[in-house]
Amino acid sequence: MYRYDEFDARFVRERVREFRTQVERRLDGSLTEDEFKPLRLQNGLYLQLHAYMLRIAIPYGTLSSRQLRQLALIADRYDRGYGHFTTRQNLQFNWPKLKDVPDILDLLADVEMHAIQTSGNCIRNVTADHFAGVAADEVEDPRPTAELIRQWSSLHPEFSFLPRKFKIAVTGAEHDRAAIKAHDIGLRILRHPGTGEIGYEVIVGGGLGRTPMIGKVVREFLPKPDLLSFLEAIMRVYNLEGRRDNKFKARVKILVHEIGAEEFRRRVEEEFAALDGPSVNADPEEVRRIAAYFAPPPYEELPERSVKLSIAQAAHRDFARFVETNVSAHRVPGYAAVTISLKPIGGVPGDATSEQMRIIAELADRHSFGELRVTHMQNLVLAHVRKDELFALWEALDAAELATANASLVTDIISCPGLDYCSLATARSIPIAQSLSRRFADGARQREIGPLGIKISGCINACGHHHIGNIGILGLEKNGAEYYQLTLGGDATEKAALGERLGPGLAAEEVPDAVEKIVNVYLEKRAAGEEFIATYRRIGIAPFRQMFE
Amino acid sequence: MALIDASGLKEDGFTRVAESAALPAGDMILPLGKISADGPEVLARGDRLGVHLPNTAKLDEVWPLLDDVALISIEFPSFADGRGFSLARQLRQRGYRGQLRAFGPLIADQLRHALGCGFDEVETPEAVIARQPISQWGAALRTITLHYQRGTGRGLSILDRRRAAREASHEQRLAHALPA
Amino acid sequence: MALPKRPPLPVILIANDLVDGEVVFRTASGWSADAREALIAGNAEAADALEAEGLAEMNRNKVVDAYLVDVVLGDDGPQPRHFRERLRTLGPSIRTDLGKQGRSGETQGAQHVPV
Repeated sequence: MYRYDEFDARFVRERVREFRTQVERRLDGSLTEDEFKPLRLQNGLYLQLHAYMLRIAIPYGTLSSRQLRQLALIADRYDRGYGHFTTRQNLQFNWPKLKDVPDILDLLADVEMHAIQTSGNCIRNVTADHFAGVAADEVEDPRPTAELIRQWSSLHPEFSFLPRKFKIAVTGAEHDRAAIKAHDIGLRILRHPGTGEIGYEVIVGGGLGRTPMIGKVVREFLPKPDLLSFLEAIMRVYNLEGRRDNKFKARVKILVHEIGAEEFRRRVEEEFAALDGPSVNADPEEVRRIAAYFAPPPYEELPERSVKLSIAQAAHRDFARFVETNVSAHRVPGYAAVTISLKPIGGVPGDATSEQMRIIAELADRHSFGELRVTHMQNLVLAHVRKDELFALWEALDAAELATANASLVTDIISCPGLDYCSLATARSIPIAQSLSRRFADGARQREIGPLGIKISGCINACGHHHIGNIGILGLEKNGAEYYQLTLGGDATEKAALGERLGPGLAAEEVPDAVEKIVNVYLEKRAAGEEFIATYRRIGIAPFRQMFE
Repeated sequence: MALIDASGLKEDGFTRVAESAALPAGDMILPLGKISADGPEVLARGDRLGVHLPNTAKLDEVWPLLDDVALISIEFPSFADGRGFSLARQLRQRGYRGQLRAFGPLIADQLRHALGCGFDEVETPEAVIARQPISQWGAALRTITLHYQRGTGRGLSILDRRRAAREASHEQRLAHALPA
Repeated sequence: MALPKRPPLPVILIANDLVDGEVVFRTASGWSADAREALIAGNAEAADALEAEGLAEMNRNKVVDAYLVDVVLGDDGPQPRHFRERLRTLGPSIRTDLGKQGRSGETQGAQHVPV
């Protein structure tokens, strides 16, 4: 993985020192709250319902065991012994004190981490496919691109006071695991169909929130060396033209929608043509320098099939089930990627205690070259596990109650913190996730239902991605009470689709029954081998609606 | 208002002229709407001419008016409205070499953004300086000394420094490889 | 910072402490983390005064986001009517070991609104 050079290290320390003085200047009144707020947000610090909340970047979702241990240490020393992994490959601490945050940032800098631009109206933490470098369907590892963007976007003097937040995601694979069409900019690495040259498909204007939209292609093929100047052109058009009169219409998706994708494209190309590309772009040697850090780990030459694995699968039913759901194919023979579910039955989606972090760090050292991934599904991944060692890993996970075999199943629920923590939320979302998880706790039934993504947001801002959940749940408020709206048919993959509203809102206690009804319609109507989303596409929403009339 | 550049507070040699006001003596900054009518007179007197642009100005439309302008001032209606930063970069990119001033309630923490985008100076209200004395502006500027973005900022970007380091080590290797 | 529209009476003043972020309530003599010590405004004049104190305290950089919250008065002191503010006086409903509810004595008797 990437390692800071002397410049990166100094840069992050300078940012910590800057933030330390910003806190001091807030406390002595040099900065008003109105001035301080955007500054602290640009460093990931929110003021939430009960306390401050610090959001730490895990750039493109790659994390070392050493970094995870440091997060555990911070959780114990400055927080309440746990952290929350988010849908954008960040980690949140819910209880830091303002005066402690600079010290926390120094501890992060010690392990080459930061909280730069995890919030605020700037370019946010860049996310990527969590199977980067591992997936068989990959054209190129997206992380060198994401790291280049991380550096270019960090404290960008021109793009730190945008109309609104700006999120970039990168994938190098056919199958989209990074939800790139739901981002302000989505980049897909591809080969030019004619020349075979590597470049990017550039998608702009996706996003969820109040007005969900699927991104539009603004460039079918961007040569790789032109990346930064093209991004600069997009950002400049957005910074100048994006709406600033209404916060709810300030995202780039609204600009693209209002002037049309064609006109947006024309303006970007015009700005791009006016830019002096060579003076902006990274030179090829720099790109190679970064890419070298993402060279594959020292894999051993192994047979594809593991006899040890087969024997263990035959002997241990629970392990066999875990392999079925939580183990993914790896491009290197004899290896597999393992999803560690942070969705125990009845648990808080995405939460991990400091103790669990240390155990997982230890297992990463033992089984996966000391490296981990954070997924937008709020789970962790050990990306390079020898098939021979899967059983030993599972036993260790099981002993730590981290072996929940539900990846991609109905209890692998995405949920934002909702009104239990978040000051923007209109309703609680975690308790809904918990009641659904308990309702569908039975493993056999989950496997019978198959892949089904439930995503829950506690307000219209859609941090829980409800629009692109196969079943989406949105928490709202009416007359002083929480209620929930269900949508069906959303899809976060390359077939990205926004869900359709099922019907009137429901009280919290009605939600599990409603989801059960939906699942039953699917089970009744599905063709052999058909996943929920495929059945939904085939039969539409009507048969589901009928159940609620 | 107070005028600040990289080395601290400075005297303002220009007088700002309101839309309906008569022309004063000396160097002045005219609103965009007055530039065509009154600009020639100022220049004929031998005084330096400045123009104040809203941050919604379109570069193509205003560019023809900027030939004889010695200073461009760009409006920042609030410190959180970053349009002026992009406009400044567009002007520099198009080849404007004169003085460039950010006008509005920018805070000390933003001096690096302004200078990084090609501004020479910031004109901010006295109320901001009252809370954030000039020492804070200098300190803020000295705190962040590095930037990644090529084509912005003062001094070499990190990417350019890395390139320079690579080239230096390459030359060193060449030198070692040559026979004495 | 503009304050939201005045809620129905009686009200208390809620805010976050600037330095540590803790939810605090305006009392007769300052701020307390315990809602039972909150000063209760039962008429418009008292509510205005409370609101003005909130603004002044924000300007003095003591607290952030001070606003009035309507409450019901019970044996355990004032309790916010709205489930959101009730959460703020207790802590997360899914982790009753955390926040004010997790500390003994501060929130006895107070309950979350069921989801």
